[in-house]
Amino acid sequence: MGPLVPEFISENMSYIVGFFIGLAFGAILEQAGFSSSRKLVGLFYGYDFTVLRVFFTAGVVAMVGILGLSHFGLLDITQIYVNPTFLWSAIVGGLIMGLGFVVGGFCPGTSVSAAAIGKIDAWIFIGGIFVGVFIFAEGYPLFEELYKAGYMGNIRVSDTFDISANAFAFIMVLVAFVAFYAVYLFEQRKQKGISFFKFDAGSLAVSALFVLLAVGAVWFSDRRERILRLSEDKEFVARYPMDVMDLDEAAFWIMERANDKVQFIDFRKKDEFMKMALPNSYNFTVENLFEKGGNSRLKLKGMQNVFVADDEFTERQMAVIAKELGYKRVFVLRGGLDAFRREILGFEEPKGAPKTLAEEWLVRFRKNAKEEVLELIKENKPKEAPKQKEKRKLGGC
Amino acid sequence: MREERYMNPYLAGLLLGLLLVATFYITGRGLGASGAFKSVVVATVETVAEGHASDAKFYQEYSAEHPGASPLMNVLVFEIVGALLGAFASGLYAGRVSWRLEKGANATTRARIIGAFVGGILWGIGSQFGRGCTSGAALSGLAVMSTGGILTMLCIFGAAYGVAYFFRKLWI
Repeated sequence: MGPLVPEFISENMSYIVGFFIGLAFGAILEQAGFSSSRKLVGLFYGYDFTVLRVFFTAGVVAMVGILGLSHFGLLDITQIYVNPTFLWSAIVGGLIMGLGFVVGGFCPGTSVSAAAIGKIDAWIFIGGIFVGVFIFAEGYPLFEELYKAGYMGNIRVSDTFDISANAFAFIMVLVAFVAFYAVYLFEQRKQKGISFFKFDAGSLAVSALFVLLAVGAVWFSDRRERILRLSEDKEFVARYPMDVMDLDEAAFWIMERANDKVQFIDFRKKDEFMKMALPNSYNFTVENLFEKGGNSRLKLKGMQNVFVADDEFTERQMAVIAKELGYKRVFVLRGGLDAFRREILGFEEPKGAPKTLAEEWLVRFRKNAKEEVLELIKENKPKEAPKQKEKRKLGGC
Repeated sequence: MREERYMNPYLAGLLLGLLLVATFYITGRGLGASGAFKSVVVATVETVAEGHASDAKFYQEYSAEHPGASPLMNVLVFEIVGALLGAFASGLYAGRVSWRLEKGANATTRARIIGAFVGGILWGIGSQFGRGCTSGAALSGLAVMSTGGILTMLCIFGAAYGVAYFFRKLWI
């Protein structure tokens, strides 16, 4: 599950990866024509719409692409950097940059691609950026109040407005397509006849791309919401095929101290968990199931994950979520912890002699189990839930 | 003219979008450019005027947010060095590498030089307020649907359209 940094790619390795990402970034910008200031500002004077096409296409492709990765469980979007919103700073900064775009003819990324091919104006522009950052740094005491005003957190459009991520993505795809079509018509204004659609490979490919993006925007629904809804459906949960572990088997594994074979995933509240927990158990919340931290805990090789809660139904609900998320080797404890406390920890020998051999064995086993498991629980110090790493603070720029 | 042979903009956009998705998948954050400039400025000040850097709040906050080695040990710096080389290779391939100053048909060289420098300054300041530029705030922000990023994007393009008329002599 992504992102790959820092678990799968170390910090040092990420510099090398960054370098290669940069190679592609620079090459694409240059190939697109962003190494030319006249081409860039053409957007604002209506003679060249490359910026609109490249930028907007990239934006919606990335937006739908990230929704898709998240939908298929390949990317934990709670772990990716979402630019924080400082309302007034964002507005003022945007306005200053917009002015700089028209005056300077570049933005920082494009100026780098232009400088690389020898544009002197781009080198001058880059010199200006350094001076600008320096001015900001030195004047920081003056700017700080505005810089930090109106902090609203790392929010997304779906948090600010009453709109789902999918609906917003769909609208953006639509807006992009309409804008491109409008520009296509606008560019023909000096021609005599206007063609409303060109049946060539390029136009068809672009149209097909946007149909795919629109479908993706709607289809890549938020997995989390869908699965949570399923887990609320009592009948669905009851009918869901589930591996159930018997109380005695669970006790057996605990007594075996088989910490590399069986672990317990405990969904009770944290304070209850801290008071009493089975050995080798981990306190989870529903959220942990969707997160990267929970992901690595549940994916241990060969490990059987026994979901426990006070009652079996809650266990099944959580197990349904886990199975829908694609986790294997998920079990629920028969009867839940309530049953485990009653039948194992609180086991009382039935009066009268056992009638069958099996019964005798069971009584003997449970007597042992009660003693030993209670002892192990006492020794056990409950482990905290898998901590989510703090959200990435460092952004793109 | 060979110079005019650029990639189809939609194809370039598709590739840029896929690169951005890959960047998020691998590094957990988007593309960026202005962050690299900031790193260089901070590194320079820390080297040239160490005492000042430890006194002034901006540099203090920067080191608090970026603990560890030199400010230059930053993914964005490596990314921009890569971008320079990538763009150079692309320009070489397309036969577009040469020293020259590009300006509007009616603009003087002097006006273009001043414009480029002032424009750079504005971006340097603006990208601090916006916490990113067209790449880091606008494009990457759009990709993750960040409210602030999209707001900054709208302001960049809105302001550019708003002021374009007054600077038309630079370009048309």
